[in-house]
Amino acid sequence: MTRRRTTRALAASAAALTAVTLSACASSDRDSAEGGEGGGESGGTLVFGAAGDPAMLDPAFGSDGETFRVSRQIFEGLLGNELGGTDPVPELATDWEVSEDGLEYTFSLQEGVKFHDGTDFNADAVCFNFDRWYNFEGLATSPSASYYYQAVFGGFASTPDTPSIYESCEAPDENTAVINLTQVTSKFPSALALPSFSIQSPTALEEYDADNLSGSEDSLTYSEYAMEHPVGTGPFKFDSWDRGNGEVTIVRNDDYWGEKAKLDEVIFRTISDGNTRRQELQAGSIDGYDFVAPADYDSLEGEGAQVLVRDPFNILYLGMNGGNVPDSGANPALKDVRVRQAIAHAIDRETIVNSLLPDGAEAATQFMPPTVDGWADDVTTYEYDVEKAKSLLAEAGATGTTLRFFYPTDVSRPYLPDPAAMFQVISQNLTDAGFTVQPTALPWNPDYLNAVQAGGADIHLLGWTGDYNDAYNFIGTFFAEASNNQASAEFGAFSAPEIFAALAEADQEPDPANRTEQYQEANRLIMDYLPGVPISHSPPALVVSERVEGLEPSPLTAEVFSTVSLND
Amino acid sequence: MLRFIVRRLLQLIPILLGLSVLLFAWLRALPGGPAQAALGERATPEAIARYNELFGLDEPILVQYLRFLGRAVRLDFGTSARTGRAVTTEFFERMPGTVELTVFALIFAVGVGIPLGYLAARRHGSWLDSTSVIGSLLGVAIPVFFLAYLLRLLFAVELGWLPGSGRQDVRMDATRITNFYVLDGLMTREWDAAWDAVLHLILPAIALGTIPLAIIVRITRASVLDVVNEDYVRTANAKGLAMSTVRRRHIIRNALLPVSTTIGLQAGLLLSGAVLTETVFAFGGVGSAIYDALFARDFALLQGFILMLAVVYVLVNLLVDISYGLLDPRVRAR
Amino acid sequence: MTAMGDVRRRRIDELAARAGAVPEGEGGVSLTRSAFRRLRRNPVAIIGAVIVVVFLVVAAFAPLLAPRDPLAQSLLSQIRPGFIPGAQEGFPLGVDNLGRDLLSRLIWGSRQSLMIGVISTVLGVAVGMALGVLAGGLGGWVDTVVMRFVDIVLSIPSLLMAISISVLLGQNQYALMIAIAVTQVPIFARLLRGSMLAQRNSDYALAATALGVKKGRIVFGHVLPNSLSPVIVQGTLSLATAIIEAAALSFLGLGDPDLARPEWGAMLANAQAFLSVRPELAVYPALCIIVVALGFTLLGESLREALDPKFRR
Repeated sequence: MTRRRTTRALAASAAALTAVTLSACASSDRDSAEGGEGGGESGGTLVFGAAGDPAMLDPAFGSDGETFRVSRQIFEGLLGNELGGTDPVPELATDWEVSEDGLEYTFSLQEGVKFHDGTDFNADAVCFNFDRWYNFEGLATSPSASYYYQAVFGGFASTPDTPSIYESCEAPDENTAVINLTQVTSKFPSALALPSFSIQSPTALEEYDADNLSGSEDSLTYSEYAMEHPVGTGPFKFDSWDRGNGEVTIVRNDDYWGEKAKLDEVIFRTISDGNTRRQELQAGSIDGYDFVAPADYDSLEGEGAQVLVRDPFNILYLGMNGGNVPDSGANPALKDVRVRQAIAHAIDRETIVNSLLPDGAEAATQFMPPTVDGWADDVTTYEYDVEKAKSLLAEAGATGTTLRFFYPTDVSRPYLPDPAAMFQVISQNLTDAGFTVQPTALPWNPDYLNAVQAGGADIHLLGWTGDYNDAYNFIGTFFAEASNNQASAEFGAFSAPEIFAALAEADQEPDPANRTEQYQEANRLIMDYLPGVPISHSPPALVVSERVEGLEPSPLTAEVFSTVSLND
Repeated sequence: MLRFIVRRLLQLIPILLGLSVLLFAWLRALPGGPAQAALGERATPEAIARYNELFGLDEPILVQYLRFLGRAVRLDFGTSARTGRAVTTEFFERMPGTVELTVFALIFAVGVGIPLGYLAARRHGSWLDSTSVIGSLLGVAIPVFFLAYLLRLLFAVELGWLPGSGRQDVRMDATRITNFYVLDGLMTREWDAAWDAVLHLILPAIALGTIPLAIIVRITRASVLDVVNEDYVRTANAKGLAMSTVRRRHIIRNALLPVSTTIGLQAGLLLSGAVLTETVFAFGGVGSAIYDALFARDFALLQGFILMLAVVYVLVNLLVDISYGLLDPRVRAR
Repeated sequence: MTAMGDVRRRRIDELAARAGAVPEGEGGVSLTRSAFRRLRRNPVAIIGAVIVVVFLVVAAFAPLLAPRDPLAQSLLSQIRPGFIPGAQEGFPLGVDNLGRDLLSRLIWGSRQSLMIGVISTVLGVAVGMALGVLAGGLGGWVDTVVMRFVDIVLSIPSLLMAISISVLLGQNQYALMIAIAVTQVPIFARLLRGSMLAQRNSDYALAATALGVKKGRIVFGHVLPNSLSPVIVQGTLSLATAIIEAAALSFLGLGDPDLARPEWGAMLANAQAFLSVRPELAVYPALCIIVVALGFTLLGESLREALDPKFRR
């Protein structure tokens, strides 16, 4: 059962043999965890505490933060994210042009780039990847497999009923790739900065049968490629994944085309419990971790650690089930806008922001943060007013109505650091306003997500961190028409044609200024209809120890480790 | 003796069969049944039908059970939904960690418990005696996970003496042969790796070993006190035997019999406590996998792990019975 | 007799045989009365009883004793991430991370925690006794079937058993109680069966049979009442285990989903996140659990001594 790098193991035992005489006294050096194998010229090893295991390492099938946290270091896309910002910048593409009609994108590619396996990066490789996504079949076309591809491009070659906005990719020469679309969309090209659209090595994809998914839609088994052999162009190469101990190791790519990484090695170690992560940092056995509890910001800084606060680029909301999902047992009272307004007035956002969320958090007036174009300063707002909530409820004849309130356990999200506390405060708010709350706690993944997305709750807590700076990425994700004139089941499949129309129109508007106005209008419509209650935008933080330098926090939670160095 | 062991082994069969029926029934009793458990709540009826056909779930229940049993005998419990790997692979990769932890916890409990219990009994009524009595009462009353947190907070975070999580420093590029990290380190002569693994075991082993420690102290003390009052000890004393001889030949040997029973009992119970301890110490063993599977609703893994752990538990109990049979011929006779 | 867990079962059986044995030469003093007399003279028993009684009284009169509403987030507006105000006027033990009075929550928590302990133990005792009476009273194949079943349940480590049951029944406090109860059933079933077997062969039972008394009357009129003392002892000890186990299940996230409802295990689990800010939030509920568990253990152990003829000297 030799799981870890056999070749290296041989070298290690050889080294150990020669070191036997010394080891008796040298043995205590490494256990104190501060040494690593660093020192001298080498860049050392950084150990980062992740909250969960990656699902796998093929970003095309990824949709969770832990998968992206690792794959982002190994892979690059045509576009990347501005360091520490939300805007897309050139990465493997040096620049691009858009045709007049907005349907043809011509990308000039970085020259002299090679994948980690030695394959050349060129226009053919780019087209290979685009065609790979478009030609997904079977399980690969399920939303749980290729979520982001479907969110941006729609359907696949194999799904004629769901058209795709991708038409073709051409490679007129080695360093030029042309992407043709069937429809104008505001998502393009910024969406190409998403990790899911990373350009992967065609050789490795084929050799390790990357598209071979098995299992079932809700419990996919991934290919050998995704588990053992992810190959990209990035500053780090995949080294090993010890699943028993939850450790993913990546090593520096010494042939990287750009500025090379400073660290020799980064190990992502899964520690699911937040308190354990904190204590491991304090004990020095990890160098940093994500999802810092707001309560720990001060004490960690007091101990010399660096708390890196990201700009808030997220939204926490209370989702409401408007009651059109068949068999969901939803409370019909929520169809009445007055009941929804009563809920909105009942929630004390100021106290929530001050007492439960870190400094820099703000109360939300709509379903996207103010830094995104399309945010409107004149939407209808619902101030905290218990009396008003009570009278609205009485007016609707729903005083004492029972709400099944779902909240997740065992999880911390960038927008929701402590779900249990948030649940208890909102629950108390609602009780004060004359509702009866019936709590249900479910494990975050898959139970909670499945249940609330299927419309199983009356009200629930959920949120979203933006993938790139675009209004549709927020409100389109929540409220665009899902099917036959209804919104998603999460929001009770409500029907509001004017909201759907406003969103679709804005998405297809090529002119940025017009588009912004249209999104503002959509936001006003949404806040009048009130399909849910926006609660807050919260600045999530990660923390690194004193000796870590150069880690730039990203509002997208898309940190890169290539700029990081250790200062011993 | 051989006949005794064979008889005991044969008697295992009905227990294991019953256990498999119980776990088979458990998976079927889950909301939505095994298909829903495997596919998730959003599974379409078609997907469920396909799954049922694939795994023969539309067949008569007896056929299904036999099929399940057939696979269980070959240690095939399917694939973990969370990691996408075979449940059995996961189990055998993680079991060495739990075994190491359990062994260390037992060493701690026995190594400290018997001397302490013996001394307490010898100095009956002294401060040492009352302290160990109170301590052993507290040891049983304190919730394991809270003790684990306290130990980690004190020795790993505040004092920084010992590592507070994991099985080995992640920076340690150790060779893996058996997945018993201490053993691996010794076999490959990577002394630092072995020592590091030992250091990582100390705090979890103390947390896990506290309850057995408390019980062993109490039993040892009580049993030594019992034996001291026995007639044969009085006789030996009256005969004028040296006190040290009496202690060695009569008191300790006779007092250890009930203690050995208790130790055997505790070995099995430790597997239960490992879930809590491993979770707090992020220790990559079977227990922490069960905790993770619980939250990922990874039923295949839960089922396989519980069944295999129960088998281990039953086998440990069997070993205890056999060794007890060796110690006490009366047991064999029955 | 089957192979596994022999040792464990033997212990239960030993206890049954010992405590259930008919007292001889007690000169007409009833077992219970003499036991009670011995108990009163035992300081350990007094301490245990006082602890148990105090907590039971607190639990029973929680609404009168608690100074505040345990659910009211009175000081929420003073809470900041990383700051929880300490003890102050009106809040003698301070407040939790949502500004709720800690003392009131501890008081109300005793209700919930003791209730979980008592209900699950009573459930476990009831089902276990029923099985034990069935097996011990009827004997034959019923005995074999019941005891095999009990052996199988015993072969699953108790916490794993509780976890499996919680998964089956969902996350709520009833599931929690049932889960803990199930882990206790086998203990009581074996205990009662063993003690009944010992009683059945006793002189008075044989005498009653010879006099032509019906089997049912012997079992329910004589054998069962005389088999109860080990159950009482084990039940008291099990209460301690049940309370600790409930805390463990809460810690694993299988407790009551209504987090506002105070319960020691859940309070303790929740407070782990604030150990560096306000360690008291963890320390107080932990102390409550430890002290109550200690109380039941002391009481149980002294009961065992009092009822055990071996100790009657």
